Amino acid sequence: LVFTEEDKYGLYSNLLFKYFLAEGVVCGHDLFVASAKEHPDNILKELPAPLLDETCGKELGDEAAAAKSEEFQDSMKIAWRYQNLPKVETSPTTFTKFGHYYDVSKKMSPELLQSIKWHSFYPHEELSSQPEMKACNMNGVYARLLQSLQRIISQGGFDGSDPQKKPKNVLRIGVQSLGSLVWGDDVCCTDTPEDIHSLTKFLYVLRGLLRKSLSACIITVPAHLIQNKAIMERVTNLSDVVVGLESFIGSERETNPLYKDYHGLVHVHQIPRLNSLMCDVSDTKDLAFRLKRKLFTIERLHLPPDLSDTVSRASKQDLAGSAKLLSSGCGAMAMGKKHLDF
Amino acid sequence: QGKFTLLRDTRTDGSFLVHHFLSFYLRAGCKVCFVALLQSFSHYNIVAQKLGVNLTAAKERGQLVFLEGLKSCLDLLFGEEEEEQPGQPSPLQFLSGSTSDLRALFEFVRVSLTPSDSDSWKGPVLLVDDLSVLLSLGATPVAVLDFIHYCRVSVCCQLEGNVVVLVHSSEASEDEENELVVNSLCHHSDLILWAEGLATGFCKDVHGQMKIIKRVSLQQVGEQDLVQVYQYKIQDRNVTFFARGLSAAVL
Repeated sequence: LVFTEEDKYGLYSNLLFKYFLAEGVVCGHDLFVASAKEHPDNILKELPAPLLDETCGKELGDEAAAAKSEEFQDSMKIAWRYQNLPKVETSPTTFTKFGHYYDVSKKMSPELLQSIKWHSFYPHEELSSQPEMKACNMNGVYARLLQSLQRIISQGGFDGSDPQKKPKNVLRIGVQSLGSLVWGDDVCCTDTPEDIHSLTKFLYVLRGLLRKSLSACIITVPAHLIQNKAIMERVTNLSDVVVGLESFIGSERETNPLYKDYHGLVHVHQIPRLNSLMCDVSDTKDLAFRLKRKLFTIERLHLPPDLSDTVSRASKQDLAGSAKLLSSGCGAMAMGKKHLDF
Repeated sequence: QGKFTLLRDTRTDGSFLVHHFLSFYLRAGCKVCFVALLQSFSHYNIVAQKLGVNLTAAKERGQLVFLEGLKSCLDLLFGEEEEEQPGQPSPLQFLSGSTSDLRALFEFVRVSLTPSDSDSWKGPVLLVDDLSVLLSLGATPVAVLDFIHYCRVSVCCQLEGNVVVLVHSSEASEDEENELVVNSLCHHSDLILWAEGLATGFCKDVHGQMKIIKRVSLQQVGEQDLVQVYQYKIQDRNVTFFARGLSAAVL
């Protein structure tokens, strides 16, 4: 269960969401898309087109040395691999073997989309009948989503309940902007929502459904709107992977010279510890993302070299402060510069 | 015998302790009732195999009673009417909102651990992973504490068994209900194993710090609790402990 905290304007988390779905299309998985803001059909029409191997190798090959793009692969693994993660590969030559790369400026062709089976859930279109699910005091929309999901899983044979069904396939589930007002949940509006347990109950049942079937799920949530922090803690507990996207738009970091190459930061709050005592922790915890014309990449955060002698004291302090901020999250990595002010 | 052990984690994942206790008690020949609320059976099974215990075999010979919370919840919500046996409500009955207490869960535990005539296991053990999830599912803190209290009376006192419970906590936590439960449990525990992430942040060689608190003050008036602190590193098949600052990477 991949839980993504949306960035403030939702731009980048939408992109990540579409990547997840696009990968599903290219791998031939079935898709289930649930969204309350945008109709799922529209989302599916806007998936990025996959990059063909020849062009991909060349483009990324240029940047491999400079940008350490093997980290890109590492983060994509964290984002949607459900089983144990294989070790991080450091050699750039092997990175085209895993996953696919997408061209953000082009849309995926409809023929490719038609080759897979997809289902959608758009709350405003669903019948407003009472859910068949036994009453459990959950938000009605959530209940209907779970019911719809359960129906698809059992009908599609993803839970192995019917041995005669066709060969096992994976179901990729994407739920967008969960918890926001459009889902009928007021957890984002007030400190004391009406039903404080709706979201967590929904996640628990979803987790049960995922564990019991061959599926992987990504959820995006506008976490910056949720005022009750207790809920965020509980939600983190209930998810396997928690990734937060923080974009620099509109914040003071946009103009900070530290971050001039990047559009935002990626915070990995939790990685899964499934089927083993330990988890696969990568070396670095400071990741940043940037959106170029064609590619969305996630890289290890590099501080730019401090070359100028005339940098004023104020901005030097600023850099030191930001460098400290970087490390204090959950890493004590001595990346970049240490300002020893004696 | 008759001890209540609290496993607590802060800023890190203390589930390795749960795996340890599970395999420890099974190897010792105790009858174990495991309430696993957060992970599936196969997860525990795979880890237990690495630790040398076969959960499926233990289940078959009746030594292990496993409540898979996720599956039980799905059965409750999506199951058909005919499958429900009258007189045997689902242990997670409180989810459906008909009752607000965890009585059904307690009944399940009590029934599983009450020794039958054919049983020859040494002392019963109740293992819970993890208690904080019950709060997320809508149980009130009072209901959770009542449940633990009933379990202690029945398992520790009447059956002379042990209870081991995992909770999550954090100093800067805003989850007041959770903190209430954790603090209350701390006061009643005989032994507290507290796994914390390092204050200095993430480190590859030292995964965390473990505080072992023996609540001697509960037994003898005027005695201080014994506190020991170690650091640990988790490996694939076991966990190595060492004194603070003396990890293998440093020496």
